Amino acid sequence: MALFILRRIAIMLFTSLCLTFVVFFLTNLYPNLEKMAKTQGNFRMNDEAVLSFLENRGYLLPLPVKYGEWLGVYPGYVIEGSDGEIRGRCFKSDQIPSEAPRYCGILQGYWGYSTRFKSDVWGIVTTRLGLTGILMFWVMALMVPSALIIGILAGMREGSRTDRSLSTFSIVTTATPEYVSGVILIAVFASSAFGLKWFKGTATAAMDNPNLENFFLPVVTIAIYGMGYIARMTRASMAEVMTAQYIRTARLKGVSFPNIVLKHALRNALIAPFTVIMLQFPWLLNGVVIVETLFNYKGFGWALVQAAGNNDIELLLGVSVVSVFVVLVTQLISDIGYVYLNPRISVT
Amino acid sequence: MSKISYDGPILEIDQLSISFFTRLREIPAVMDFSVVVQPGEAVGLVGESGCGKSTVALGVMQDLGVNGHIVGGKIKFKGQDLGKMSAEQLRDIRGNEIAMIYQEPMASLNPAMKVGKQLIEVPIIHEGVSEKEALRRAKEVLIDVKLPDPERILQSYPHQLSGGQQQRIVIAMALMSKPSLLILDEPTTALDVTVEAAVVDLVKDLGKKYGTSMLFISHNLGLILETCDQICVMYSGEAVETGSISDVFDKMQHPYTQALFRSIPLPGADKNSRPLVAIPGNFPLPHERPSGCNFGPRCNYFKDGLCNTQAIPMNKIKGFERHFSRCSRIDEIDWDTPISNSSQFESLPPGDVVLKIDNLKKYYEVAANALFGSSGTYKTVKANETLSFEARESETLAIVGESGCGKSTFAKVLMGLETATDGGILLDNENIGSTPIEARDTQTVADIQMVFQNPFDTLNPSMTVGRQIVRALEVFKYGQSDDERNDRMLQLLDLVKLPRAFATRMPRQLSGGQKQRVGIARAFAGGARIVVADEPVSALDVSVQAAVTDLLMEIQRKEKTTLLFISHDLSIVRYLSDRVMVMYLGHVVELGTTDQVFSPPYHPYTEALLSAVPIADTSIEKKHIVLEGDIPSAMNPPSGCPFQTRCRWKKDVPGSLCETEVPPIKTLDGGHQIKCHLVKSKLEKMEPVIKIAAE
Repeated sequence: MALFILRRIAIMLFTSLCLTFVVFFLTNLYPNLEKMAKTQGNFRMNDEAVLSFLENRGYLLPLPVKYGEWLGVYPGYVIEGSDGEIRGRCFKSDQIPSEAPRYCGILQGYWGYSTRFKSDVWGIVTTRLGLTGILMFWVMALMVPSALIIGILAGMREGSRTDRSLSTFSIVTTATPEYVSGVILIAVFASSAFGLKWFKGTATAAMDNPNLENFFLPVVTIAIYGMGYIARMTRASMAEVMTAQYIRTARLKGVSFPNIVLKHALRNALIAPFTVIMLQFPWLLNGVVIVETLFNYKGFGWALVQAAGNNDIELLLGVSVVSVFVVLVTQLISDIGYVYLNPRISVT
Repeated sequence: MSKISYDGPILEIDQLSISFFTRLREIPAVMDFSVVVQPGEAVGLVGESGCGKSTVALGVMQDLGVNGHIVGGKIKFKGQDLGKMSAEQLRDIRGNEIAMIYQEPMASLNPAMKVGKQLIEVPIIHEGVSEKEALRRAKEVLIDVKLPDPERILQSYPHQLSGGQQQRIVIAMALMSKPSLLILDEPTTALDVTVEAAVVDLVKDLGKKYGTSMLFISHNLGLILETCDQICVMYSGEAVETGSISDVFDKMQHPYTQALFRSIPLPGADKNSRPLVAIPGNFPLPHERPSGCNFGPRCNYFKDGLCNTQAIPMNKIKGFERHFSRCSRIDEIDWDTPISNSSQFESLPPGDVVLKIDNLKKYYEVAANALFGSSGTYKTVKANETLSFEARESETLAIVGESGCGKSTFAKVLMGLETATDGGILLDNENIGSTPIEARDTQTVADIQMVFQNPFDTLNPSMTVGRQIVRALEVFKYGQSDDERNDRMLQLLDLVKLPRAFATRMPRQLSGGQKQRVGIARAFAGGARIVVADEPVSALDVSVQAAVTDLLMEIQRKEKTTLLFISHDLSIVRYLSDRVMVMYLGHVVELGTTDQVFSPPYHPYTEALLSAVPIADTSIEKKHIVLEGDIPSAMNPPSGCPFQTRCRWKKDVPGSLCETEVPPIKTLDGGHQIKCHLVKSKLEKMEPVIKIAAE
């Protein structure tokens, strides 16, 4: 078991390295750098000014050197710029340059400086992730139980009227993207178009004080989309289990129908959807991008949009590392949980 | 829930008809079916697949699914009409009064629930006992079904047990609340012969101990003979003959029963002097049944105007108490005429040695941890251990053994799908043992061909029959042009006695027997000299088996083929093979001519195997040998002699020789080889297992 987890962690590190390198490479393409220089400095900078701006801040060093700096395996740059000022990657504003450490990267715990928010990447990532965590928690709390209930009700009597209506419902919800359902929900429940001003169309207030009124719509928008998908998976798995021979055995043992479903079918039917539910985490990460922007909820997805829009290299990298971490940790949990659900599989 | 007390018959099925309704039409599955099960009696229900025997069982359980309905007749259990019961009343009866044992034990146990929990459920539901009391009872029943270490078993999941143990659990589950009626639906079909014998023994004993009535469903007449008092033969949805075992087996009064007995290989049948008589034609599909007698079109006694005009009722046979037959000509047919031996063949003298296996070994390395990669630990599975034998031209060599004995591995090595670890396979003095099939030349590939066990999976479902055979001819580089190959293909269809029109059919339009014929045609396409037939008839119905076996024999006579016949069915092996090789856990334990192997001295394993095979003949007396336990895993074979853990002769070998040393091969008179430590004098004292009782 320990070996298995160790191996998974090694895979996680390797994936992070690859992914961040790709992001690093793309954000460091010259047109992106130019755009960043102009947003940071002055939109009317000429090409030479852009060049010296980038040069002074170490952006024009070779790509592996820059990546090494970010990782913390290569000493940070110290450049005496064309304007006479000495800049260094590891310099802090109130520090004397000679006291600055030689290395500053991920390995030293320094995640970089966000050019968009003018602040430490680590601080931004943690606060935004915290806000998104609250959103995700409520989404899961609403989505998973209702999806499983719908799936099991639909799957326990395949082809029945309940099955058909619930299946139609799940197909409709999962076929409607969030930017459609979000807009519809806002129009119906938060605007004066229908006169039902039950909820608020913006979730900005929910960052400090989440309550039903300001938080319900973003949660429902994400949950309803994922719900249909999980419900379909659960239904398929449940329907298959209900035709299994051991269900017939149970029926002919005299077990009543509710007990067949709860005691005999449920655990077997949950094995497949469990993996799907865990796969929803990475999906949620990008699903929140749309919803957080739509409801102006300044979470992780919103930060990602801001970072990408402004070519904020180090913030983007920080966001990528955290995403990889979240995805792989949930997959690890999913694999371990799978072992507990399915006694036929053993990790040892 | 207390049991119903009732004095009359346990189960009365009266003129039952069951149909399945599809969107297209109503498909009658069972028609006008009547049977009575008296208290303590075991009734056998026998018939080929699709004859409706399992439908009857599910009908009794009132569990026919959404599409199935009882359209006529009554099923009375202890005098109460099951059809009129509410769902709740039925639940009280299921598992409590009527219990069922299924064909596939693995599939009928819940994989995610511990065995103990599945067992205690029964008394908790039906008798409302406490969990502790239920557990105590579960342990008792587990001891009754002879499972060792009940505590451990109760805490195991089904997948941690072997097939035989799983079936014992299913039986235990059925017996938990001491039902009055036990329905067994092919309970041993998925098990090995020696395990089957032990399970059948157990069911018989328990039936007596608990006084349970049984409805025993099987396609195997021999099993029915061993377990039942009454028998009901079914054909195409109808009961055709019912009566006591001795009446039906010895004084059969229906042409189908007679034909069935003539098509199964009983001791005495021989491929040359007394060949089997196959039933002509095919089983009718449920919606294409003929008018009048269903068996009419395949019957030797068919009389136009009498047999095909109206439905034929069950007729009581004069002079018998409970013997009925569904035939209009009972009194006109002379039932005692011996089988007319229309065809008799000269036995072929075996020719030169074609294939020589020399000390062949095949080991597999298996990672101990299959799912989450290897941590460096490998186990060696010795699938084949020092195989040595020769096969001659136009000889049939049977390879016999239970699952895991290495017979299929040997076939794979011979075909070149695997390569030998050590030793050689000499085809015309050329070693091909370590040449994989990709590296073999066309002639070698065409020379050694295979007929597979399951004809349903081995034909490409999207290619016509003719195209598949032509494809084989192309691979074997036969002929110059497409026309030439087409002609040859049509000749091959003639060879396997399929109409030439079948060339344009798709495999799904063919029955199992016809598909197997196509498989045979494909194997012989390149003029194969050695054909490995891996259980070629075990997936087919009894009446079709005889026809396919005969076809193989006929082609062999014509083409002088060497046939390696892999089987676990000793009856058919005795019928068609010239020499027999018995394998156990990768070792050849006995090798000799058919007569030598089937008569003493035996290897102890062969002796047990012979005793385990049910024979459908009342005049046969068998010595009763039941092997304890299961076949050991090839991953972890016993030390010394592979059979020592189950051998009943072990005590006759001095010291711990059996546990420490692999026995040497002893050659007895006539080249009969036995791999056993028993001294010659002991071997000679062995008694024959099968005796034909003096008439």
